[in-house]
Amino acid sequence: MKFSLGPNLFFWPKKDVEQFYQQAKNSSADIIYLGETVCSKRRELRAKDWLGLGRELAQDTNKQIVISTMTLLESPAEIVTLKKLCDNGDLLVEANDLSAVQIMHDLNMPFVAGPAINCYNLSTLKVLIKQGMTRWLMPVELSGDWLKTILAQAVDENIRDKFECEVFSWGYLPLAYSARCFTARSEDRAKDDCQYCCINYPQGRKMNSREGEQVFVLNGIQTMSAYQYNLINEVAQLNDMGVDIIRVSADSDKAFTQLDKFRTQLSTPTKHTLATDKECNGFWHQIAGMSVA
Amino acid sequence: MELLCPAGNLPALKTAIDNGADAVYIGLKDDTNARHFAGLNFNDGKLAKGADYVHERGKKLHVAINTFAHANGEERWKKAVDNAVAIGTDALIIADLGVLDYAATKYPDVERHVSVQASTTNLEAIKFFKNNFDVNRVVLPRVLSVQQVRQLAKNSPVPLEVFAFGSLCIMAEGRCYLSSYMTGESPNTVGACSPAKYVRWQETDQGLESRLNNVLIDRYQEDENAGYPTLCKGRFDVDGDVYHALEEPTSLNTLELIPELMAMGIVSVKIEGRQRSPAYVEQVAKTWRMAIDRCKQNSEDFQVDGAWMKTLANLSEGSQTTLGAYHRKWQ
Repeated sequence: MKFSLGPNLFFWPKKDVEQFYQQAKNSSADIIYLGETVCSKRRELRAKDWLGLGRELAQDTNKQIVISTMTLLESPAEIVTLKKLCDNGDLLVEANDLSAVQIMHDLNMPFVAGPAINCYNLSTLKVLIKQGMTRWLMPVELSGDWLKTILAQAVDENIRDKFECEVFSWGYLPLAYSARCFTARSEDRAKDDCQYCCINYPQGRKMNSREGEQVFVLNGIQTMSAYQYNLINEVAQLNDMGVDIIRVSADSDKAFTQLDKFRTQLSTPTKHTLATDKECNGFWHQIAGMSVA
Repeated sequence: MELLCPAGNLPALKTAIDNGADAVYIGLKDDTNARHFAGLNFNDGKLAKGADYVHERGKKLHVAINTFAHANGEERWKKAVDNAVAIGTDALIIADLGVLDYAATKYPDVERHVSVQASTTNLEAIKFFKNNFDVNRVVLPRVLSVQQVRQLAKNSPVPLEVFAFGSLCIMAEGRCYLSSYMTGESPNTVGACSPAKYVRWQETDQGLESRLNNVLIDRYQEDENAGYPTLCKGRFDVDGDVYHALEEPTSLNTLELIPELMAMGIVSVKIEGRQRSPAYVEQVAKTWRMAIDRCKQNSEDFQVDGAWMKTLANLSEGSQTTLGAYHRKWQ
């Protein structure tokens, strides 16, 4: 089992990003994903900066470095940037939209299919493998049983060795993408006049019910879970079903502690009690995502 | 430009055709389509009758098979494709790559439309569908501005269809798990958003409350209209500010864009609402037929009739309509 640090989904000042990845160099992660996946207006780091940072990490560590790409691409300019990231020459790419799949296929390069690619079954997995996919991260709303079924089918069809399987296991879940920027809206502004306000909310903005129940996190055009997903108690199960990589999302520097905890859990399993007002694991158990099984 | 209307049952299908639809789209009576609601959709017998009614009048039938095939039930989606082809559907509306692959391989001569649920928002993604499944049409999600639609229409190797009227989904369709986060069921997996079985209404001292799987979605004062608690259209609290944090209860209405959509070569305008009544279908089909025909006669002087807007507003959520993402300011 390997452990990965997923891309940071929030918008941080450049110096904070750089500091975070300096820490990441010394973390226990085997794989580091980095790059902007949410909004093309977030330009504290531009494509060349992300690639530069990626190469620095690749040079200074033995970790595998992967460039994560945007999920909702709407303009030709965004596609130009996407092509630049895809055709980077040395770093593996995580595709989060079929546009990136198409580009990687044209380049004849392998890629990771990220969580926003809708792969719900074996037939779709086969389509993606044909395109060059070498690693698959299933959509976050799917359950352990669902994954187990697909992995078993892949074994039956002798294609299990064609891809690695990664599971989003800790952090705020990316749940939805919109044309509208909800952070700008929360400041009563339109997206075209957003003033890059996401940078003022390094953990997004909590959206609660009127009874104070935490429901979602507003992160620009992305809506996230208000509770952090936590599959710490499912590590043995993930291992048994043949999952290759456990992903910890780069929510904050707490992710580094979580990487250590997940690794320890594999060698020395302990029962952890999840805090129902902060954590969730419902998706894995095929119940409401926000609940704890 | 085709007028494509929804039909949740046979009476709605007949109404749509009788009131000016060039084509109707329907779903089968299971979880293979994104409006999997009790009492809605077509069993095999009704499907054949519907197809006959449409074809006898020289119109077209599209069958939506646009949820994502379950890991342990792929056969159900393939069977749905087989059934739709068997009754002579003119087009299959599909979101799942595996199902598209099946349809393209087994029935290369039956039109394949990329469902809105596949979230195809740019040229490279359109190329992906063209190259791999030789699709005949792409339905664009409701996240693009008019400028972006125009740009795509100019360069797309595949004809484009857009949403013209109806309930407004504010997220990129097919990329929203808010419903399953709250209830365990989502459009992608079950074919329903904010499913009715999780809805609860309650009169309280503070007003009428709507809940979805026990989460408070909204609370209404006496003078307020209470709407269905679709979870993205409730009022929530962001750092002490209580407002429609994601979207107000409102519907999309693009009547005023007809000349522009026509000029850019959009092949079809789609009306949302397979879950709505034949009366809704009648009003919307009639209004849109009149508007499209008037624009065809003289697009330069086309003006939206006030009566049309009034009719459509009355059929809309919260009696409000918006241009949605087509208008950049909405974003």
